[in-house]
Amino acid sequence: MKQRLIYLDNNSTTPCDPRVVDAMVPFFYENHGNAASRNHPFGWKAEEAVDYAREQVANLINVDSKEIIFTSGATESDNLAIKGVFEMYKRKGNHIITLTTEHKAVLDTCKKIEKSGGEVTYLDVDREGRVNLKELEAAIKDTTILVSIMWANNETGTIQDMKAIGDICAKHGVLLMSDATQAVGKIPVDPKAVGIHLMAFTGHKMYGPKGVGALFVNRKNPRVKVTAQMDGGGHERGMRSGTLNVPGIVGFGKAAEICANEMQQDADRLSKLRDKLETTLMGAMEEVYINGSKEHRMPHVTNLSFKHVEGEGLMMTFNQNLAVSSGSACTSASLEPSYVLMALGLGDELAHSSIRFSLGRFTTEEEIDFTIEAMQKGVNHMRELSPIWEMYKEGIDIDSIEWSAH
Amino acid sequence: MAYSEKLLEHFKHPKNVGTLNKDDKNVGTGLVGAPECGDVMRLQIQVDDDGKIQDAKFKTFGCGSAIASSSLATEWLKGKSIDEALTIDNMAIVEELALPPVKIHCSVLAEDAIKGAIKDYQVKNGLEVTVTESAH
Repeated sequence: MKQRLIYLDNNSTTPCDPRVVDAMVPFFYENHGNAASRNHPFGWKAEEAVDYAREQVANLINVDSKEIIFTSGATESDNLAIKGVFEMYKRKGNHIITLTTEHKAVLDTCKKIEKSGGEVTYLDVDREGRVNLKELEAAIKDTTILVSIMWANNETGTIQDMKAIGDICAKHGVLLMSDATQAVGKIPVDPKAVGIHLMAFTGHKMYGPKGVGALFVNRKNPRVKVTAQMDGGGHERGMRSGTLNVPGIVGFGKAAEICANEMQQDADRLSKLRDKLETTLMGAMEEVYINGSKEHRMPHVTNLSFKHVEGEGLMMTFNQNLAVSSGSACTSASLEPSYVLMALGLGDELAHSSIRFSLGRFTTEEEIDFTIEAMQKGVNHMRELSPIWEMYKEGIDIDSIEWSAH
Repeated sequence: MAYSEKLLEHFKHPKNVGTLNKDDKNVGTGLVGAPECGDVMRLQIQVDDDGKIQDAKFKTFGCGSAIASSSLATEWLKGKSIDEALTIDNMAIVEELALPPVKIHCSVLAEDAIKGAIKDYQVKNGLEVTVTESAH
């Protein structure tokens, strides 16, 4: 039998769509120019291609192309947005509000800001991973300059109520930034319609190449500015110096165009497959739980906990054939399981037992059927081996045991 | 991270999975780790009248390295005397399974489980406890 290799880890990165690769190829050799070379056709061609890609990317999120700053990826965009606003709006205040479930690119940037005189409030989320809007509003004070809330969570797929968040920020005259890395290209994302002023996203989560991302910066009402974090030739309207990654940007643009056209059909198909995976597994096995929101969730993601089974061990039963990810972290450096899942109020044990399945454009139903089978085999194998599963089956209360924490 | 063939074999076809009657006088049970740390190891030994470990069983909640470490530990225990069993060192498990550095704690857990089982057996039978607390 042919060895299968199934990829259900699309939240970590997506494969590059072959149509994207085709679009990129001419910009490595034939049209290799620097988009900033204003005095010869090589430069003109490159600039033209970048302009076109900027339109494609802007169209996907319904903004003006002048509002797109190309970067190296979402991490850079998050850094540029948060640090750039903090420096630019220093006179207005020094307070930033974010969530405990944000990506590290936001959280670690905020930590850095705290070290340089900023004040950051990290709001908790509810059981589904959503921010409490009243708590958000209550956290805003005179010195607040920025709220940074991700559109959709990378681990659970939980979607925030961005419109309601935008309304609160507008009411208090506070800038809103969103890390929309997981949402753009997968669900309709229109930052202006919900009142977002800055938004980070990246090519490689939407079937484009790695190493290219964007920051949307609102130009009118209000005109938002960020202090550049890299000094140099003053590219990207002075906000991000550095020679533009022309082939990457061309690919990012093509990926955006494809997403704009195919997003709905991808989402419809993938949510059906996701639901099949989820309901079949939950129907076939006991003690399987959904982590995050079932109602407000990305169409292609499910995060499940298989109780009394450790996620990393479970993955080892099938990782020659199937790629998923786990919120478990069984390493000596950190025994801490996923902070995102912990923030939902899941006990450590459920967090250690979690598996994230993120489907993508190239996922087939046959692959989902194989996954269902592999998961059942894996979970059964691991439960046979699990002393706490045995205790659970015997009706022993696991919480009543005094564990020797290692 | 690529795992060794031996480790994968112990993970896929673990030896001595099971449960001995913990209330039996000649059975010693070691239960170490905690669910919130992502590792729970239960290792049991059955000791015959001559003080030899006749049988050993385990069940482990944990990653592949933890499961392989406990499987290997049970294999090594069978046929050994208590004194011999106490000489099993976690580093021997690390070497045998070629555990990567981030997984060394799995071998430590296995050593602790062995010691826990022996101590339980000795206490149960009114024997002198010869288990020294692990230095880890």
